Amino acid sequence: MATGTSQPGEAVPAGPVPAVAGPAGAGRDLASLGPGPTSPELAEASGGPGPAGLYEAGEARSHGSVLRLSLQTFVENKLAIAGLAILVLLVLFCFVGPHLYVTNQKSLNPAISNYPPSSAHPLGTDGEGFDVLGRLMVAGQSSLEIGMAAGVAAAIWGTLYGAVSAVAGGVIDAVMMRIVDTLYSLPTLFLLILLSAIFAPNLPLMIIVLTFVAWLGPARLVRGEALSLRTREYVEAVKVAGGTRSRIVVRHIVPNAIGTIMVNTSFLIADAILALAALSYLGLGLPDTTPTWGGMLSNGTTVIFDGYWWQLYPAGVAIVLTVVAFNFIGDALRDSLDVRLQRR
Amino acid sequence: MTGYILRRTLQSLIVLLMVTMVMFVLFHLLPGNPAKAELGPKAQPATIAAFDKLEGLDRPVWDQFWLYLDHLAHGNLGFSYVQNASVALLFAQRFPKTVLLLGLATVVAIAIAIPLGVMQAVRRNKAEDYFFTGASFVFYSFPTFWLGIILIEIFAISFHLLPPFAPSGDSVTQILAHGRGLVLPVMTLALISIASYSRYMRSSMIDSLAQDYIRTAKAKGVSQRAILLRHALRNSLIPMATLVGLSVPGVLSGAVITESVFNYPGVGLLFVQAAQSDDFPILLGLTLVAAVGVILGNLLADIAYAVLDPRIRY
Repeated sequence: MATGTSQPGEAVPAGPVPAVAGPAGAGRDLASLGPGPTSPELAEASGGPGPAGLYEAGEARSHGSVLRLSLQTFVENKLAIAGLAILVLLVLFCFVGPHLYVTNQKSLNPAISNYPPSSAHPLGTDGEGFDVLGRLMVAGQSSLEIGMAAGVAAAIWGTLYGAVSAVAGGVIDAVMMRIVDTLYSLPTLFLLILLSAIFAPNLPLMIIVLTFVAWLGPARLVRGEALSLRTREYVEAVKVAGGTRSRIVVRHIVPNAIGTIMVNTSFLIADAILALAALSYLGLGLPDTTPTWGGMLSNGTTVIFDGYWWQLYPAGVAIVLTVVAFNFIGDALRDSLDVRLQRR
Repeated sequence: MTGYILRRTLQSLIVLLMVTMVMFVLFHLLPGNPAKAELGPKAQPATIAAFDKLEGLDRPVWDQFWLYLDHLAHGNLGFSYVQNASVALLFAQRFPKTVLLLGLATVVAIAIAIPLGVMQAVRRNKAEDYFFTGASFVFYSFPTFWLGIILIEIFAISFHLLPPFAPSGDSVTQILAHGRGLVLPVMTLALISIASYSRYMRSSMIDSLAQDYIRTAKAKGVSQRAILLRHALRNSLIPMATLVGLSVPGVLSGAVITESVFNYPGVGLLFVQAAQSDDFPILLGLTLVAAVGVILGNLLADIAYAVLDPRIRY
């Protein structure tokens, strides 16, 4: 074990780097910085006590009580509420806004291109004559949809992969985790650029590509969690009672790891939105017919020397707000669910 | 210890072998087929056949993989038909410049993040701790390229203090001759790293300060300064040493973006330009090199962790 001969009761960093209640970034890094490749022992250690410690005995509680518990801890946390409030406002802005503030986002209108903010166009117009405020709403729809779809898909696939790997054990586990190690050795952005260059993604394909680079983190986290869960008495009891492996995964491991998964999903969504923006900037994102915040922002970077600031800042602020909101939510969830941190 | 290092190195080599397999599979997933992807959609059948023969693509798959490994072993990363140069040569020309950029950024980031993290740990839950925690949240949520652009707007366009573009040049010395141009790219990369490094330093330091030996030192009457520097800081630096090794993938990704923003002639810019011109040999070759960097970083981090902390025995 990585923790070697440290004293009992001593706060031991999980893995080479201590688990931090840090910004979010930390969350992202736990995924990429976590246990190095090919060190299953470390992966095991980083599973840590986690939220599982909250309900140690017996079968995983019913779905209702997990939800209630999460809800309760959530409400107690100001950061979480702040993050959630930002997110609700952004969603209303993007999905309800266009019905209240109707603009033409379909046909180019060069006659009114690059207008500064005015009462007719509160955030001005862009180089193609689109109203920036209206475009911000429409672009937000695709950015949020793609980010959430990729984040959730990666969490689900990663969770199942990690849980199956841990429960299967032995050679299957080793092979499955070496595959994760291998893909982990490819820096995310390199892999994203490579895949985007090969597949020239449209919207659904973009979600798949973003999912493909994001599922490794949850797979490792959940496997670590599952390794500690599978030796619990109640899982042993299911085995003795003749329960199938799929029952163990779906009814026991996944519900008990749900806290870890939820925390991670929220970071994954934040990362996916940032990754999409980076791809747009590098000219490998979606075509302008599908406006995204990243696309708007990267178009805005081409006109900074002209002083058209209204084309640069709104989309950037929207991205940062969204990512901060998801990071707040994830961080707050981890703080409330992680019993280790509550003690401090 | 030697046994652990050997075992760990062997594991890394296995992962490396699997990475080459992934690259090999991706090469065969290229749109259409490798020949069309590299020669263009209008390539004549005879040209394609000649290309396939030249690259060994007419042979059985296992032969091809073996040939690929053989090439790699001889330092042959592929040939860019777009740039008409070998990938290894292009890489060798630009690698020192990227190392310069990343090295400077990492040094700056560590030099700022460590004192910042210590300060936040000592002043935990006070106003300044909250301020820097908030700041690191925001910086972490910044698209890297936008941060670079904002720095350009402030320091180059508004105040004319620094050039908006990185120095270009064939060698590191030429770039250093125009060192002012490096300030903004280094700042961009460092700001993002500081956001995460300082968080780890803060929590690592808080961990250390809660240890029994700190209480003992206090009870002995050791001065606050000595406790912080000799007892807490030194132990908190162990995870930081590994963190630097483990942050290779993040730093490499940051380099790709930063080099694009500032038009810095490094490996990252080469990679992005290759992606924009569908130059797949460069993309595959450089991804493999990046993977080697990540694997090495992980390996060194694990070894450093074992070497630095005498409590850890394998």
